[in-house]
Formats: sequence, C-alpha cells, structure tokens
Amino acid sequence: MKKSVYINSVGSVSAQKTFDNSEFLEEITDYEATELKVVSPNYKAYIPPAAARRMAKGIKMSTVSSQTALKEAGLENIDAIIVGTGLGCLDDSSKFVSDIIKNEEQFLTPTRFIQSSHNTVAGQIALGLGCKGYNFTYVNSAVSFESSLLDAQLQLENDEATHILVGGVDEMVEHHVRTHQLIDHFKNQPVTMKTLLSSKTEGAVMSEGSHFFVLSNEKQDSTYAELLGLEIYNELAQEQLPDQVRSFLKYHDHSIEDIDLVVLGNNGDINFDGYYQVLSAGLFANTPQAYFKHLSGEFDTASAFAFWLSSKIIKTASVPDIVKLNALHSSAKTVLIYNQYRGKNHSLVLLKKC
Amino acid sequence: MSKGIAITGMGIISAIGGNVQENYASLVSGQMGISSITQIDTIHKDEIMVGEVKATNSELEDMLGLSKNTHSRSPMLGIMAAKEAIDQAGIVDINDCKTGLISSTTVGGMDKSEQYFFEYFESDKHHQHIDGLHAGDSTQKIAAYLGLEASFMTTISTACSSAANAIMLGARMIKSGRLDRAIVGGTDALSKFTINGFKTLMILSDTYNSPFDNDRKGLNLGEAGAFLVLESEEIVQKENRAVLAYVTGYGNANDAFHQTASSENGDGAVMAMKKALKVAGLTPEDIDYVNAHGTATPNNDLSEGRAMLRLFGEGKVPEFSSTKAFTGHTLAVAGGVEAVYSILALQHNRIYPNLNFQTPMSEFDLLPETESKEKELRHVLSNSFGFGGNCSTLILSKEA
Repeated sequence: MKKSVYINSVGSVSAQKTFDNSEFLEEITDYEATELKVVSPNYKAYIPPAAARRMAKGIKMSTVSSQTALKEAGLENIDAIIVGTGLGCLDDSSKFVSDIIKNEEQFLTPTRFIQSSHNTVAGQIALGLGCKGYNFTYVNSAVSFESSLLDAQLQLENDEATHILVGGVDEMVEHHVRTHQLIDHFKNQPVTMKTLLSSKTEGAVMSEGSHFFVLSNEKQDSTYAELLGLEIYNELAQEQLPDQVRSFLKYHDHSIEDIDLVVLGNNGDINFDGYYQVLSAGLFANTPQAYFKHLSGEFDTASAFAFWLSSKIIKTASVPDIVKLNALHSSAKTVLIYNQYRGKNHSLVLLKKC
Repeated sequence: MSKGIAITGMGIISAIGGNVQENYASLVSGQMGISSITQIDTIHKDEIMVGEVKATNSELEDMLGLSKNTHSRSPMLGIMAAKEAIDQAGIVDINDCKTGLISSTTVGGMDKSEQYFFEYFESDKHHQHIDGLHAGDSTQKIAAYLGLEASFMTTISTACSSAANAIMLGARMIKSGRLDRAIVGGTDALSKFTINGFKTLMILSDTYNSPFDNDRKGLNLGEAGAFLVLESEEIVQKENRAVLAYVTGYGNANDAFHQTASSENGDGAVMAMKKALKVAGLTPEDIDYVNAHGTATPNNDLSEGRAMLRLFGEGKVPEFSSTKAFTGHTLAVAGGVEAVYSILALQHNRIYPNLNFQTPMSEFDLLPETESKEKELRHVLSNSFGFGGNCSTLILSKEA
C-alpha cells in the first residue's frame, strides 16, 4: 500500500518578499524591468558574514529557504536532500569561464570551479546538517524541481524515507541574461507586473529564487497539503495538451470539475503562452485560474514558486487577488499546477487540502 | 529483497572505442586510451594527458547525419551511445511503451559556451549555442534524435557519480511502475572548463594515471557517452528480449565531509555499498568483483580502499580494479562507462587489469588485479563518487 505524501513546510526566497512564512504576499514589489532580483532576506541572521562573502548567491538563498523549511517542520535533520536547478551556481561558472578566457588559462583559483558543480547546493546543505542520507541533484531546465519532487514522492510512497528536503534554486547572472536577450528568450523591452501578459513581445522576464519544502509521509500540524501526483513530459504539442491533462487527472481519480484552482505558468512570451491559453480558454474555462510569473519572474525552477504559492493557498484557504487570472471564486482545496518553458519540459502537479 | 531490473541494451563511446565491442577488445588486450590532447587548444596540452574520444566533432556530425555545428560535443557522444543501446535492445518504436530518458552530465554544452562566450556579443554566427549551455539541453537533443515524445525526461548532475545515479533512478522508476522502459546513462565532453578546474585543484596527473598505486599522481580527464536500456519484466516477456544482466542493487549516500574531498575512512562509500547490498539482498561475500571508482587521486583511492576494507574485511576484499587507466575519468559518465564494463565482465566472466600499478599503497594491504583474468562472476559491484560528498554504488548481476 502506497503511503500519502504531504508538504509539511515551505521556505522561499524570491523576487517577492516571501522569506517570512508568517506572511502571504502582503507586500508586493512591482517593477518596470526586463529582469528581477530576489528580495533579500537578512542573510546575516542565517550565515556568518565571513562565510557569506565567498558563498555563491544560490547557496546563500538556499541556506535561508532550507533552514526556514526545516524549522517550520520542526526538524534538525532529514533523511534525504533532493535539489533541482537549471544552471546551478551559474555566477561562479560564468566567472570561471570568463577568467579562463581573459587570463588565457592562468592564475585561476579553485573556488569558482568548485561552486560551479551543479550539486553544490545539495552538497553544502548536507555538509551543514551533517546529513549522510540520499543526495541528488536534477538539472533538466524547467522540470528540474519537478524531477526532485518525483524522486521524493517515489521514496515516501514506498516508505524508503520519512522526511525529505526538496528544493529548487537558480541564480540570475548578467552574461546569461544578456546572451539570452540576443536570441529573444528574455525580453528586451521592460514590462511591469500588470503589463507582462499583455506585452505581446517575445521572451520572458528573467529572475531567480530558491524554494525548499519538507515532504513527508507523516502528516503533522504544520502540514500544508497533500501531493497527489505529478507528471513530466519532455515535449507536447498544444493540441495534445488537453488529452494529457485529462488522462493525468483521470489516473489520479479526478475530473476537470474537481479542480478548484488551476495555476498556470504564463510568462508573457507571445510565442509560447498559447500553451496556457489552450487550458485557460478551453479545458479550464469555467475553473478559477491563477498565474504567478508576474510575481516570481521566469527561471528554470520558477515552478517551485508555484508549488510554494499553491501550498500557501491551500493552507490559508485563500487566493490572493494579485494572482487571480479570472474572477471565479475558488474554494482552494484541489489545485493543479501546469508549467512549461518554450514548449518543452512540461509538468503537471496536483495538490489537495488534507 | 526485490527482483533486479533487466538490462536489455547498452552503448558506449570512449577513449578506448566507438562502440561496446571496441571497448571490450581494448579492455581485455590492455589497450589504454590515454594520450596528449589533440582536439582542444589549451595551454596545458604539454602538461596533461587525457582520455579523448578519437572522432572529431565533424566526424561525429557525419556519423549522426547532423548539420554542422548545431550540437555541442556532449549531446553527440550521448546520442552515439544511446543509439547503440537502443539498437542492441532491438527497440523499433521508442514510444511503444512508457519510456523515460534519464541522462546525466556535468558540463553540458560548456565546450561551445567557452568558445563563443564573448563572441556572442560581436556576431550572431554561433547564437545557436547560447541555449546549449544548460545540462538539460544535451538530454533534450538526445531525446529529439531518438524521437521520444510526450515522455518522462530528466537529467542528473551529481558530479562524478551522475550516471550511476541515472541508472539508479531508472531502476527505481521501473520497479515502482512509473516507467516500462528507461534509457539511462550520461555524457560529458572534455572542455577547457574542466581541464582548468581540475588543474586548479591540483589533481591532474602529467602522465598515465595509476589507480591504487602508492606513487599515483592524480587523474587523467576523459570524455565519453554511455547508456543502458532498462526494461520491465513485462516488456522483456512480451518482446522476448535477450537480457544482458540485471541491476540488482543500488545505494546512494553522502559523505558530508568536504565539498571536494572524500573522508579518510570513506563513510559515505561504506554506506552506499551497504545500501546497495541491502537492496540486492546480498552479503559482501556474494560480490565477485569490484569495479572501483579508483580515480588515481591520492584522496579517492585511500578513502575508497579503506571503505572496501571496512565493508569486506581485512583479507576479504574480492578482486578489484579501476578501469580509469584505460578511459581517464569521464566525470558524469564514469558510472555509466563502468556499468557497461561490469555487464561485459559478467557476460564474459572477465576481470580487467588495473593498468599502471606498480607499488602497493603504504596505508593498507590492497592489491588490485593487474592482469586480465577469467573468473566465474555472478555479482559485480561498481562504485562512483563525486564532489559534494556524493557516493553511489551499483550492483550488477547475471541473474535477477
């Protein structure tokens, strides 16, 4: 008999003030920009300043969000650590490459190379906790975080672990933003929170963030929601999407009508928001809808922000007005998240109040 | 104890051969693939030796029928290996059951990124590589070449244990019923990035690497692609597949000691090996051969040696060897390369020589096998360890 999987705690550092779990999008940071940085927590409260100086931003953000999640779950250690990241500590790898070229392969130091390893965040958390358990890092673009979720779900369902720290982290880096603006993956014209979806321009608003969650097969007072299921698809045509969603829900004994809220990953890219349109104007036309990338920006693990948002929505039984995509009232009990990036790496995640 | 997962196909391209057969021929004849670097223009070319795949990018493009300069080297090595694995398994339609692709890499498209890093701003000539940097891009290109549609796909990057972890995830997903078939492995090409990175860590040897030797001077970097096809019992029955071997055990643990070094006593390694034995329902005495991680760095070989002694006991360590002296350290792919070698070992009842070994290590009494040797093998244990404290062990067996 498979065990149920619960989200027992959350931790977030994002382009909004989300690091304080006692609040829920009460202060919103608007912008007129092509890229967004995170709203920084007080890192000094979590990391000794001497250590923080050499630390990659991805590690710093993750120290805060992982400690927040562990604290809320009331845990000092954990059975496994699973992290998703599209690009790892990209700032260090980018600077290491730049140094290689500028210094013609001389006078290099190892720190940047060491932090460039994609599994640095997972390794550093393990080191900090002294956690010798299972330790994995997934690096598959927009499904990096969902891959981590799926791995945790497998272990918890089969009772191979009880508490797992699962997260997603990505840094925003100058070279990455500028090069991707050259190929219109990121916007060249600034947008605001309100104009993102109506911008009618190519590309997304690049951002960054770190989200961690304790997933467990034991429900406790702090529990946010139950993770009913998730699926990952390497690529889908828009025409295939409704059928895939239907069969995903059917597999989990749900129908379209059972969904109280669908959370969509629209990022204002005129070339790819059609995927979301297929669902918002079709399958879920009569379902309450929400979006989030106007708050979080786009990055490989932005869907972890949606996971954070959905967990908070279910726990507080409220949908903040700022995320609503239509005027329908939601009872916020059963939430489906759908995300994709540039037509690839699609994911469906189903959460339920418990 | 649960049943093992069937391996029905394998493919590899490495410094000692462009396919499985060539690799095996080199292994049994003691043919090393380590040489001076020819395909990357680095100022370190006279101080390092590497395990380079012989084919140039242009030759790989021709072999795969790809347009020029659309793919970085990692996805091409991956496609070569994955294609061989799928052909061997006899898969005609990759989408005929729930298939997943689980790849792994450390550098992704870094070889192209480092080449055009500043040029991107001057000219749009190589803009096709801008989005090729991220690790998932190499996997996506492999999936596209194989024609995988609406399917599970992910990429693992746990440094030098990556491909072992990809094999582990594939086995777990089949076992749990999430997939019917998993194409698992990894790919990593040489790059200035890794050459210079390991250079700053001062663990690159200037000569042929010599695992478990007292005077070992460090590792030779290598490059490779290696993939396995894992299939469920139902598919094996239905398609009447020839099973090459089984993944019977897997274990993953973290050393939690240091970001880049292994603990002196190999705590993480011992835990990974123990977990793998437990999953396989085996005891240490059941292991007939260990294909060691054996990178030939001072730190790894000491830590791994001690871990083997702790697991198997003094005087009871089975025959072991590291094949890194043949291939160099292929980083993310090492666990995939060595899984292929372990399967070949089982098929041929053959233990490979640990080349370049001369002087036993002073810290303990461990002697790797130095000659190619025949032995009836039932269970082979393969270790892969990496930065970030990652320790992974696979057990491959003749029978489920």
